[in-house]
Amino acid sequence: MFRRLSRWAIAVPVALALAGLAGCGSGAPATSGTSASASASAGGGAKEVTVFAAASLTGTFTELGKTFEAAHPGTTVKFNFGSSATLAQQITQGAPADVFAAASPATMKTVTDASLASAPTTFVRNKLQIAVPADNPAKVDDLKDLTDPKVKVALCAEQVPCGAAAVKALDAAGLKVKPVTLEQDVKATLTKVELGEVDAALVYKTDVIASAGKVQGITFPEADKAINDYPIATLTKAPAGDLAKQFVDLVLSPQGKDVLTKAGFEGP
Amino acid sequence: MSGRLPWVLVVPAVLGLAFLVLPLAGLLVRAPWPTLLERLAEPQVLQALRLSLVTATIATAVCLLLGVPLAWLLARVSFPGRRLVRALVTVPLVLPPVVGGVALLLVLGRRGLIGQWLEATFGLTLPFTTAGVVVAEAFVAMPFLVISVEGALRAADQRFEEAAATLGASRWIVFRRVTLPLIAPGVVAGAVLCWARALGEFGATITFAGNFPGTTQTMPLAVYLALETEPEAAIVLSLVLLAVSVIILSSLRDRWVNSP
Repeated sequence: MFRRLSRWAIAVPVALALAGLAGCGSGAPATSGTSASASASAGGGAKEVTVFAAASLTGTFTELGKTFEAAHPGTTVKFNFGSSATLAQQITQGAPADVFAAASPATMKTVTDASLASAPTTFVRNKLQIAVPADNPAKVDDLKDLTDPKVKVALCAEQVPCGAAAVKALDAAGLKVKPVTLEQDVKATLTKVELGEVDAALVYKTDVIASAGKVQGITFPEADKAINDYPIATLTKAPAGDLAKQFVDLVLSPQGKDVLTKAGFEGP
Repeated sequence: MSGRLPWVLVVPAVLGLAFLVLPLAGLLVRAPWPTLLERLAEPQVLQALRLSLVTATIATAVCLLLGVPLAWLLARVSFPGRRLVRALVTVPLVLPPVVGGVALLLVLGRRGLIGQWLEATFGLTLPFTTAGVVVAEAFVAMPFLVISVEGALRAADQRFEEAAATLGASRWIVFRRVTLPLIAPGVVAGAVLCWARALGEFGATITFAGNFPGTTQTMPLAVYLALETEPEAAIVLSLVLLAVSVIILSSLRDRWVNSP
């Protein structure tokens, strides 16, 4: 009887372990080196800059990272993209980062309050837009349409920057919207629009541009009342030292600004 | 059996236990004890807890209704492609739950294969509803039940079933009167595991059912969002979830799951 059981005795724990691993993968931010070969080919001490950046900077910063590597042969830029609040927590818990670019001043403040960074600079600003599915099934064309109970709306949860901005914009417009869901981040909110599960959502203009074709963006005047500042700073304990400052300089340079505005960000 | 405990087993066992228990101890150490009661009394906490308990229980009931017959099919009926079917049953175990949630949206969402038809025919939409939470939890938790029950069925002595059949019982009567009582401990163990998994479900739920307090915000979702701004609140919420699961699981274990 037990001999028959034995195969299962192995299979069940293995399956459970796999399930556990899979579960971990979903929440953790991905650390990705953009170019492993660059550091390998450099003779002597390969240099590395580790940049912690808000998830909304994924596209632009990856591009700037490649520019930086090209300008500094033998240097690798490693990115950790994720929710700004999570990144700030990782930094205050001692994660070895050189540069922190946050999607809100509040998350940067956690890091500066812990004396781990000083004098952050606002390098871009991001505005909200109404995102609707490409075919706009609910015929949404301004913010007031979102108050219609027949229109399914997704917002970011108030705890994350895009949610706080959405509340500010709706308050400025004096509108009450009852969303069907409060999503955990801006990408999840946008996914609900892309799949047509909701008729509209409030997300950043940059996210709408990144999903061009799948969603349509609608500007609204109250967005000006809820602009998000993105601060960037080198960390005081930056292991890469000078290189960290040079990366920040690149982001602030005309070249950096060019990449960022093309993605839909606005100048500070 | 007696004799000295073999250290090759005891040392890794103790290490394994420490590995599993230490993170929980970490939660207890960092918990904001002075403000604990005050935070617990917040209506949102109770709302999320109630929703978690209700949905996990309904999801377990759904899993029992569908999972036990499925386990029986896999263990007792030989059909071509059984191995493949068994592998498919375990897919939700290896699939990252967020991917599971997206897959559910593609099938049961408003524009999904079946969801489209559900909305057109019955005016029924699952995403962003409590029923959607149950669907997401059942999807992720069912394999735990199926694997446990199938294991129990394979371990059960089939001679009892054969004897019943020779006495003229139909396969359904054999299943209900002989097999089911025989594997009851396995079913209970599977249901408990399934319930626990459903209670802690996060990824598929937030992706498929969304997050709205009172309708779809279960405890794990509340924990995740609290972590964004208030790590201490997240610890409190985790402790509640932890306490509830430990109390229920340990009481069940003693009463029902004592047999192998």
